[in-house]
Amino acid sequence: MSNTKPEAQDSPGADRLKGAIPDDDCKDCSRRQFFTKLGLGSLIVASAGAGLFTYEYFSPNVLFEASPIVKAGKPDQFPPNSVTLDPQSGIYLVNGPKGFYALQAICTHLGCLTAWKPELNLIACPCHGSRFNTDGIKVAGPAPQPLPWFKVWLADDGYLMVDRSITLKAPEWVRA
Amino acid sequence: MATTIKTEWERIKGTDVWRSIFRSGSGSSNLHRSQAVQQNLLLHLFSVKIRSRALEFKPTWFLGALTLSTFIILVATGILLMFYYHPSVPQAYADMKDLQFAVASGVFLRNLHRWSAHAMVFLVFAHMFKVFYRGAYRPPRQFNWVIGVFLLLVTLLLSYTGYLLPWDQLAFWAVTVGSNIAKAVPIMGQKMRFLLLGGNEVNANALLRFYVLHCVILPLAAVALIGIHFWRIRKDGGLYVPEKKQP
Repeated sequence: MSNTKPEAQDSPGADRLKGAIPDDDCKDCSRRQFFTKLGLGSLIVASAGAGLFTYEYFSPNVLFEASPIVKAGKPDQFPPNSVTLDPQSGIYLVNGPKGFYALQAICTHLGCLTAWKPELNLIACPCHGSRFNTDGIKVAGPAPQPLPWFKVWLADDGYLMVDRSITLKAPEWVRA
Repeated sequence: MATTIKTEWERIKGTDVWRSIFRSGSGSSNLHRSQAVQQNLLLHLFSVKIRSRALEFKPTWFLGALTLSTFIILVATGILLMFYYHPSVPQAYADMKDLQFAVASGVFLRNLHRWSAHAMVFLVFAHMFKVFYRGAYRPPRQFNWVIGVFLLLVTLLLSYTGYLLPWDQLAFWAVTVGSNIAKAVPIMGQKMRFLLLGGNEVNANALLRFYVLHCVILPLAAVALIGIHFWRIRKDGGLYVPEKKQP
Protein backbone atom coordinates (compact mmCIF):
# COMPACT_ATOMS: atom_id res chain seq x y z
CA MET A 1 0.00 0.00 0.00
CA SER A 2 1.27 3.44 -0.86
CA ASN A 3 0.09 6.90 0.08
CA THR A 4 1.09 8.74 -3.06
CA LYS A 5 -1.49 9.25 -5.76
CA PRO A 6 0.16 7.82 -8.92
CA GLU A 7 1.07 4.60 -7.14
CA ALA A 8 -2.40 4.30 -5.62
CA GLN A 9 -3.72 3.87 -9.15
CA ASP A 10 -1.83 0.60 -9.35
CA SER A 11 -3.05 -0.72 -6.03
CA PRO A 12 -5.35 -3.82 -6.12
CA GLY A 13 -8.32 -1.61 -5.17
CA ALA A 14 -7.81 0.53 -8.27
CA ASP A 15 -7.74 -2.62 -10.41
CA ARG A 16 -11.09 -3.68 -9.10
CA LEU A 17 -12.50 -0.23 -9.83
CA LYS A 18 -11.19 -0.44 -13.39
CA GLY A 19 -12.89 -3.79 -13.85
CA ALA A 20 -16.27 -2.23 -13.13
CA ILE A 21 -15.94 0.21 -16.00
CA PRO A 22 -16.72 -1.47 -19.34
CA ASP A 23 -13.94 -1.17 -21.89
CA ASP A 24 -12.77 -3.00 -24.98
CA ASP A 25 -10.36 -5.24 -23.08
CA CYS A 26 -13.15 -6.48 -20.82
CA LYS A 27 -13.88 -10.05 -21.92
CA ASP A 28 -16.83 -10.96 -19.71
CA CYS A 29 -18.50 -7.54 -19.61
CA SER A 30 -21.41 -8.54 -21.82
CA ARG A 31 -22.04 -11.53 -19.55
CA ARG A 32 -21.97 -9.29 -16.47
CA GLN A 33 -24.29 -6.78 -18.07
CA PHE A 34 -26.64 -9.60 -19.01
CA PHE A 35 -26.77 -10.85 -15.43
CA THR A 36 -27.20 -7.30 -14.10
CA LYS A 37 -30.16 -6.77 -16.43
CA LEU A 38 -31.55 -10.19 -15.58
CA GLY A 39 -31.28 -9.40 -11.86
CA LEU A 40 -32.85 -5.95 -12.20
CA GLY A 41 -35.61 -7.33 -14.43
CA SER A 42 -36.55 -10.06 -11.99
CA LEU A 43 -36.51 -7.49 -9.15
CA ILE A 44 -38.94 -5.30 -11.09
CA VAL A 45 -41.22 -8.27 -11.82
CA ALA A 46 -41.07 -9.37 -8.17
CA SER A 47 -41.83 -5.81 -6.96
CA ALA A 48 -44.80 -5.52 -9.30
CA GLY A 49 -46.05 -8.88 -8.07
CA ALA A 50 -45.60 -7.83 -4.45
CA GLY A 51 -47.49 -4.61 -5.18
CA LEU A 52 -50.37 -6.50 -6.77
CA PHE A 53 -50.35 -9.04 -3.92
CA THR A 54 -50.52 -6.21 -1.34
CA TYR A 55 -53.32 -4.45 -3.19
CA GLU A 56 -55.36 -7.65 -3.51
CA TYR A 57 -54.75 -8.59 0.11
CA PHE A 58 -55.93 -5.22 1.40
CA SER A 59 -59.11 -5.22 -0.73
CA PRO A 60 -61.67 -7.33 1.15
CA ASN A 61 -63.53 -9.80 -1.09
CA VAL A 62 -66.36 -10.36 1.34
CA LEU A 63 -67.87 -7.49 3.31
CA PHE A 64 -70.24 -7.89 6.21
CA GLU A 65 -72.03 -4.67 5.42
CA ALA A 66 -75.78 -4.09 5.34
CA SER A 67 -77.67 -4.99 2.16
CA PRO A 68 -78.42 -2.02 -0.09
CA ILE A 69 -82.08 -3.13 -0.23
CA VAL A 70 -84.05 -1.90 2.77
CA LYS A 71 -87.56 -2.78 3.87
CA ALA A 72 -88.75 0.72 4.77
CA GLY A 73 -92.20 -0.10 6.19
CA LYS A 74 -95.87 -0.26 5.25
CA PRO A 75 -97.28 2.79 3.43
CA ASP A 76 -99.78 3.54 6.23
CA GLN A 77 -96.82 4.04 8.64
CA PHE A 78 -96.01 7.29 6.85
CA PRO A 79 -98.59 10.09 7.27
CA PRO A 80 -99.30 12.27 4.21
CA ASN A 81 -96.76 15.05 3.61
CA SER A 82 -94.22 13.57 6.03
CA VAL A 83 -90.49 13.08 5.91
CA THR A 84 -89.26 10.10 7.94
CA LEU A 85 -85.58 9.48 8.66
CA ASP A 86 -84.26 5.96 9.18
CA PRO A 87 -80.82 6.63 10.69
CA GLN A 88 -79.78 2.95 10.46
CA SER A 89 -80.12 2.76 6.69
CA GLY A 90 -79.44 6.46 6.05
CA ILE A 91 -82.58 7.20 4.01
CA TYR A 92 -85.57 9.54 4.19
CA LEU A 93 -88.88 8.08 3.14
CA VAL A 94 -91.03 10.97 1.92
CA ASN A 95 -94.78 10.71 1.53
CA GLY A 96 -95.40 13.68 -0.77
CA PRO A 97 -98.43 14.87 -2.73
CA LYS A 98 -97.35 12.85 -5.80
CA GLY A 99 -96.54 9.68 -3.86
CA PHE A 100 -93.68 7.99 -2.01
CA TYR A 101 -90.02 8.48 -2.73
CA ALA A 102 -86.73 7.90 -0.91
CA LEU A 103 -83.85 10.34 -0.49
CA GLN A 104 -80.32 9.58 0.64
CA ALA A 105 -79.88 10.98 4.17
CA ILE A 106 -76.07 11.06 3.85
CA CYS A 107 -74.87 14.53 2.93
CA THR A 108 -73.20 14.72 -0.49
CA HIS A 109 -70.52 17.02 0.92
CA LEU A 110 -68.49 14.84 3.30
CA GLY A 111 -70.80 12.03 4.29
CA CYS A 112 -72.45 13.19 7.53
CA LEU A 113 -75.93 12.01 8.50
CA THR A 114 -78.39 14.85 7.91
CA ALA A 115 -81.46 15.65 10.01
CA TRP A 116 -85.03 16.61 9.09
CA LYS A 117 -86.03 20.03 10.45
CA PRO A 118 -89.86 20.22 10.29
CA GLU A 119 -89.91 23.83 11.54
CA LEU A 120 -87.81 24.91 8.53
CA ASN A 121 -89.29 22.33 6.15
CA LEU A 122 -85.65 21.53 5.26
CA ILE A 123 -83.10 18.75 5.58
CA ALA A 124 -80.03 20.09 7.39
CA CYS A 125 -76.51 18.70 7.77
CA PRO A 126 -74.93 19.24 11.22
CA CYS A 127 -71.33 19.06 9.98
CA HIS A 128 -70.90 21.98 7.57
CA GLY A 129 -74.40 23.52 7.35
CA SER A 130 -75.67 22.25 3.99
CA ARG A 131 -79.45 22.45 3.63
CA PHE A 132 -81.75 20.65 1.19
CA ASN A 133 -85.45 20.90 0.44
CA THR A 134 -87.76 17.88 0.46
CA ASP A 135 -86.85 17.14 -3.19
CA GLY A 136 -83.20 16.85 -2.18
CA ILE A 137 -82.24 20.10 -3.95
CA LYS A 138 -79.51 22.03 -2.12
CA VAL A 139 -80.66 25.43 -0.87
CA ALA A 140 -77.61 26.39 1.22
CA GLY A 141 -74.13 25.26 2.21
CA PRO A 142 -71.13 23.54 0.61
CA ALA A 143 -72.79 20.33 -0.71
CA PRO A 144 -71.74 19.87 -4.37
CA GLN A 145 -74.69 17.63 -5.37
CA PRO A 146 -78.38 17.33 -4.50
CA LEU A 147 -79.40 14.39 -2.30
CA PRO A 148 -79.90 11.43 -4.66
CA TRP A 149 -83.25 9.71 -5.06
CA PHE A 150 -83.26 5.96 -4.48
CA LYS A 151 -85.31 3.34 -6.29
CA VAL A 152 -88.55 2.64 -4.37
CA TRP A 153 -91.15 -0.04 -5.06
CA LEU A 154 -94.05 -1.71 -3.35
CA ALA A 155 -93.35 -5.37 -2.60
CA ASP A 156 -95.95 -8.14 -2.83
CA ASP A 157 -96.20 -8.29 0.95
CA GLY A 158 -97.30 -4.63 1.01
CA TYR A 159 -93.99 -3.22 2.24
CA LEU A 160 -92.23 -0.27 0.65
CA MET A 161 -88.75 -1.34 -0.47
CA VAL A 162 -85.78 0.94 -1.13
CA ASP A 163 -82.65 -0.01 -3.10
CA ARG A 164 -79.82 2.25 -1.96
CA SER A 165 -77.54 1.07 -4.75
CA ILE A 166 -79.83 2.45 -7.50
CA THR A 167 -80.06 6.23 -7.77
CA LEU A 168 -82.77 7.60 -10.04
CA LYS A 169 -81.87 9.91 -12.92
CA ALA A 170 -85.40 11.36 -13.08
CA PRO A 171 -87.85 11.57 -10.16
CA GLU A 172 -90.24 8.65 -9.75
CA TRP A 173 -93.10 8.49 -7.27
CA VAL A 174 -94.68 5.34 -5.94
CA ARG A 175 -98.45 5.33 -5.36
CA ALA A 176 -99.71 3.05 -2.64
CA MET B 1 -21.05 5.22 53.93
CA ALA B 2 -20.58 7.53 50.97
CA THR B 3 -17.03 6.34 50.49
CA THR B 4 -18.15 2.71 50.66
CA ILE B 5 -20.67 3.30 47.85
CA LYS B 6 -18.05 5.17 45.88
CA THR B 7 -15.40 2.48 46.19
CA GLU B 8 -17.95 -0.24 45.41
CA TRP B 9 -19.04 1.75 42.32
CA GLU B 10 -15.42 2.03 41.21
CA ARG B 11 -14.97 -1.73 41.77
CA ILE B 12 -18.06 -2.51 39.62
CA LYS B 13 -16.75 -0.25 36.85
CA GLY B 14 -13.51 -2.23 36.89
CA THR B 15 -15.18 -5.64 36.51
CA ASP B 16 -14.94 -7.64 33.29
CA VAL B 17 -18.72 -7.54 32.84
CA TRP B 18 -18.84 -3.75 33.04
CA ARG B 19 -15.81 -3.39 30.77
CA SER B 20 -17.38 -5.76 28.23
CA ILE B 21 -20.45 -3.50 28.02
CA PHE B 22 -18.80 -0.07 28.34
CA ARG B 23 -15.51 -0.55 26.50
CA SER B 24 -14.16 2.98 26.93
CA GLY B 25 -13.78 2.48 30.68
CA SER B 26 -13.57 5.20 33.26
CA GLY B 27 -11.57 8.34 32.91
CA SER B 28 -12.14 11.88 31.81
CA SER B 29 -9.63 12.40 29.04
CA ASN B 30 -10.86 13.66 25.67
CA LEU B 31 -10.28 10.20 24.25
CA HIS B 32 -12.41 8.53 26.92
CA ARG B 33 -15.21 11.01 26.49
CA SER B 34 -15.14 10.67 22.70
CA GLN B 35 -15.24 6.90 23.01
CA ALA B 36 -18.16 7.09 25.43
CA VAL B 37 -20.16 8.87 22.68
CA GLN B 38 -18.89 6.74 19.82
CA GLN B 39 -19.54 3.42 21.51
CA ASN B 40 -23.11 4.18 22.58
CA LEU B 41 -25.76 3.09 20.10
CA LEU B 42 -27.95 6.15 20.75
CA LEU B 43 -25.22 8.74 21.18
CA HIS B 44 -23.05 7.67 18.24
CA LEU B 45 -25.53 9.38 15.89
CA PHE B 46 -24.02 12.63 17.12
CA SER B 47 -20.53 13.97 16.78
CA VAL B 48 -18.29 13.78 19.83
CA LYS B 49 -17.69 17.51 19.80
CA ILE B 50 -20.12 20.32 19.08
CA ARG B 51 -20.13 24.05 19.52
CA SER B 52 -21.30 25.01 22.98
CA ARG B 53 -23.60 27.61 21.43
CA ALA B 54 -25.57 24.80 19.77
CA LEU B 55 -26.56 23.61 23.23
CA GLU B 56 -27.93 27.01 24.28
CA PHE B 57 -31.63 27.76 24.34
CA LYS B 58 -31.56 30.51 21.75
CA PRO B 59 -30.68 28.71 18.48
CA THR B 60 -33.29 25.95 18.77
CA TRP B 61 -35.58 26.71 21.72
CA PHE B 62 -35.08 22.93 22.18
CA LEU B 63 -38.15 22.41 19.97
CA GLY B 64 -36.80 19.28 18.24
CA ALA B 65 -35.79 17.69 21.54
CA LEU B 66 -39.18 18.57 23.04
CA THR B 67 -40.93 16.96 20.06
CA LEU B 68 -38.88 13.80 20.59
CA SER B 69 -39.83 13.88 24.29
CA THR B 70 -43.54 13.96 23.48
CA PHE B 71 -43.01 11.10 21.01
CA ILE B 72 -41.32 9.01 23.71
CA ILE B 73 -44.18 9.77 26.14
CA LEU B 74 -46.67 8.78 23.43
CA VAL B 75 -44.94 5.46 22.76
CA ALA B 76 -44.73 4.63 26.49
CA THR B 77 -48.34 5.59 27.33
CA GLY B 78 -49.62 4.11 24.05
CA ILE B 79 -48.13 0.68 24.79
CA LEU B 80 -49.71 0.75 28.25
CA LEU B 81 -53.12 1.74 26.81
CA MET B 82 -52.91 -1.20 24.38
CA PHE B 83 -53.11 -3.61 27.32
CA TYR B 84 -56.73 -2.61 27.98
CA TYR B 85 -57.99 -1.72 24.50
CA HIS B 86 -59.72 -4.09 22.05
CA PRO B 87 -59.96 -2.65 18.52
CA SER B 88 -63.45 -4.06 17.95
CA VAL B 89 -66.98 -2.71 17.66
CA PRO B 90 -68.50 -1.80 20.11
CA GLN B 91 -65.91 -2.99 22.69
CA ALA B 92 -63.50 -0.14 21.84
CA TYR B 93 -65.80 2.52 23.30
CA ALA B 94 -66.41 0.48 26.46
CA ASP B 95 -62.64 -0.06 26.89
CA MET B 96 -62.05 3.66 26.55
CA LYS B 97 -64.65 4.30 29.26
CA ASP B 98 -63.12 1.55 31.43
CA LEU B 99 -59.74 3.23 31.10
CA GLN B 100 -61.29 6.47 32.28
CA PHE B 101 -63.35 5.15 35.19
CA ALA B 102 -62.27 1.64 36.21
CA VAL B 103 -58.58 1.08 35.44
CA ALA B 104 -56.07 2.31 38.05
CA SER B 105 -54.28 5.36 36.59
CA GLY B 106 -56.12 4.69 33.32
CA VAL B 107 -57.50 8.20 33.08
CA PHE B 108 -54.01 9.59 33.76
CA LEU B 109 -52.44 7.52 30.99
CA ARG B 110 -55.21 8.25 28.51
CA ASN B 111 -55.10 11.98 29.18
CA LEU B 112 -51.30 11.99 29.08
CA HIS B 113 -51.46 10.26 25.68
CA ARG B 114 -54.05 12.71 24.40
CA TRP B 115 -52.34 15.87 25.66
CA SER B 116 -48.94 14.68 24.44
CA ALA B 117 -50.46 14.03 21.02
CA HIS B 118 -51.81 17.59 20.89
CA ALA B 119 -48.47 18.91 22.17
CA MET B 120 -46.53 16.92 19.58
CA VAL B 121 -48.51 18.36 16.68
CA PHE B 122 -48.02 21.86 18.10
CA LEU B 123 -44.30 21.31 18.71
CA VAL B 124 -43.72 19.86 15.23
CA PHE B 125 -45.23 23.00 13.72
CA ALA B 126 -43.30 25.25 16.09
CA HIS B 127 -40.07 23.38 15.23
CA MET B 128 -40.74 23.84 11.51
CA PHE B 129 -41.48 27.55 11.90
CA LYS B 130 -38.32 28.01 13.94
CA VAL B 131 -36.22 26.16 11.34
CA PHE B 132 -37.87 28.10 8.53
CA TYR B 133 -37.50 31.59 9.96
CA ARG B 134 -33.90 30.98 11.03
CA GLY B 135 -33.11 29.74 7.53
CA ALA B 136 -31.79 26.47 8.94
CA TYR B 137 -33.40 24.58 6.03
CA ARG B 138 -30.88 26.05 3.56
CA PRO B 139 -28.04 23.99 2.01
CA PRO B 140 -26.47 21.74 3.17
CA ARG B 141 -29.53 20.90 5.30
CA GLN B 142 -32.17 20.92 2.54
CA PHE B 143 -32.62 17.13 2.53
CA ASN B 144 -33.20 17.08 6.29
CA TRP B 145 -35.98 19.63 5.75
CA VAL B 146 -37.61 17.17 3.33
CA ILE B 147 -37.33 14.37 5.92
CA GLY B 148 -38.90 16.82 8.37
CA VAL B 149 -41.86 17.39 6.04
CA PHE B 150 -42.41 13.61 5.90
CA LEU B 151 -42.20 13.50 9.70
CA LEU B 152 -44.88 16.21 9.81
CA LEU B 153 -47.09 14.05 7.58
CA VAL B 154 -46.49 10.97 9.74
CA THR B 155 -47.32 13.01 12.86
CA LEU B 156 -50.58 14.22 11.34
CA LEU B 157 -51.48 10.70 10.16
CA LEU B 158 -50.76 9.33 13.65
CA SER B 159 -53.00 12.05 15.05
CA TYR B 160 -55.77 11.25 12.56
CA THR B 161 -55.67 7.45 12.98
CA GLY B 162 -55.61 7.80 16.77
CA TYR B 163 -58.69 10.00 16.59
CA LEU B 164 -60.93 7.08 15.51
CA LEU B 165 -59.87 4.67 18.24
CA PRO B 166 -62.17 5.93 21.09
CA TRP B 167 -65.05 4.98 18.76
CA ASP B 168 -67.29 7.79 20.02
CA GLN B 169 -69.48 10.15 17.97
CA LEU B 170 -66.67 12.68 17.48
CA ALA B 171 -64.31 9.96 16.25
CA PHE B 172 -66.86 8.35 13.96
CA TRP B 173 -67.91 11.53 12.18
CA ALA B 174 -64.40 12.95 12.02
CA VAL B 175 -63.21 9.81 10.22
CA THR B 176 -66.33 9.77 8.03
CA VAL B 177 -65.50 13.30 6.93
CA GLY B 178 -61.74 12.56 6.66
CA SER B 179 -62.19 9.44 4.54
CA ASN B 180 -64.59 11.34 2.26
CA ILE B 181 -61.88 13.97 1.79
CA ALA B 182 -59.60 11.10 0.63
CA LYS B 183 -62.37 10.10 -1.78
CA ALA B 184 -62.09 13.50 -3.47
CA VAL B 185 -58.70 12.51 -4.95
CA PRO B 186 -59.15 12.24 -8.75
CA ILE B 187 -59.55 8.77 -10.31
CA MET B 188 -58.22 6.67 -7.42
CA GLY B 189 -60.05 8.48 -4.57
CA GLN B 190 -62.88 5.96 -4.29
CA LYS B 191 -60.40 3.05 -4.24
CA MET B 192 -58.19 4.80 -1.65
CA ARG B 193 -61.15 5.25 0.67
CA PHE B 194 -62.11 1.59 0.19
CA LEU B 195 -58.59 0.42 1.06
CA LEU B 196 -58.29 2.80 4.02
CA LEU B 197 -61.61 1.74 5.53
CA GLY B 198 -61.48 -1.89 4.42
CA GLY B 199 -65.02 -1.46 3.11
CA ASN B 200 -67.51 1.18 2.09
CA GLU B 201 -68.45 2.42 5.54
CA VAL B 202 -66.66 3.39 8.76
CA ASN B 203 -67.07 0.14 10.66
CA ALA B 204 -65.19 -2.73 12.32
CA ASN B 205 -62.72 -3.13 9.43
CA ALA B 206 -61.93 0.58 9.48
CA LEU B 207 -61.36 0.54 13.25
CA LEU B 208 -58.95 -2.41 12.95
CA ARG B 209 -57.06 -0.86 10.03
CA PHE B 210 -56.69 2.46 11.82
CA TYR B 211 -55.55 0.59 14.94
CA VAL B 212 -52.79 -1.29 13.09
CA LEU B 213 -51.73 1.88 11.27
CA HIS B 214 -51.71 3.84 14.55
CA CYS B 215 -49.92 1.26 16.70
CA VAL B 216 -47.50 -0.43 14.30
CA ILE B 217 -46.99 0.97 10.82
CA LEU B 218 -46.93 4.72 11.44
CA PRO B 219 -44.81 4.52 14.64
CA LEU B 220 -42.27 2.35 12.78
CA ALA B 221 -42.21 4.88 9.94
CA ALA B 222 -41.76 7.67 12.48
CA VAL B 223 -38.87 5.90 14.26
CA ALA B 224 -37.10 5.21 10.95
CA LEU B 225 -37.50 8.82 9.79
CA ILE B 226 -36.47 10.20 13.20
CA GLY B 227 -33.31 8.07 13.01
CA ILE B 228 -32.43 9.46 9.57
CA HIS B 229 -33.38 12.98 10.69
CA PHE B 230 -30.97 12.89 13.66
CA TRP B 231 -28.18 11.21 11.73
CA ARG B 232 -28.47 13.86 9.02
CA ILE B 233 -28.03 16.64 11.60
CA ARG B 234 -24.50 15.36 12.13
CA LYS B 235 -23.82 14.59 8.47
CA ASP B 236 -24.99 18.08 7.46
CA GLY B 237 -22.55 19.73 9.84
CA GLY B 238 -24.37 19.81 13.16
CA LEU B 239 -27.13 22.10 14.36
CA TYR B 240 -27.39 25.36 12.49
CA VAL B 241 -25.82 28.07 14.63
CA PRO B 242 -25.46 31.42 12.85
CA GLU B 243 -22.18 33.28 13.21
CA LYS B 244 -22.28 35.99 15.83
CA LYS B 245 -22.72 39.37 14.12
CA GLN B 246 -19.73 41.64 14.50
CA PRO B 247 -20.66 45.00 16.07
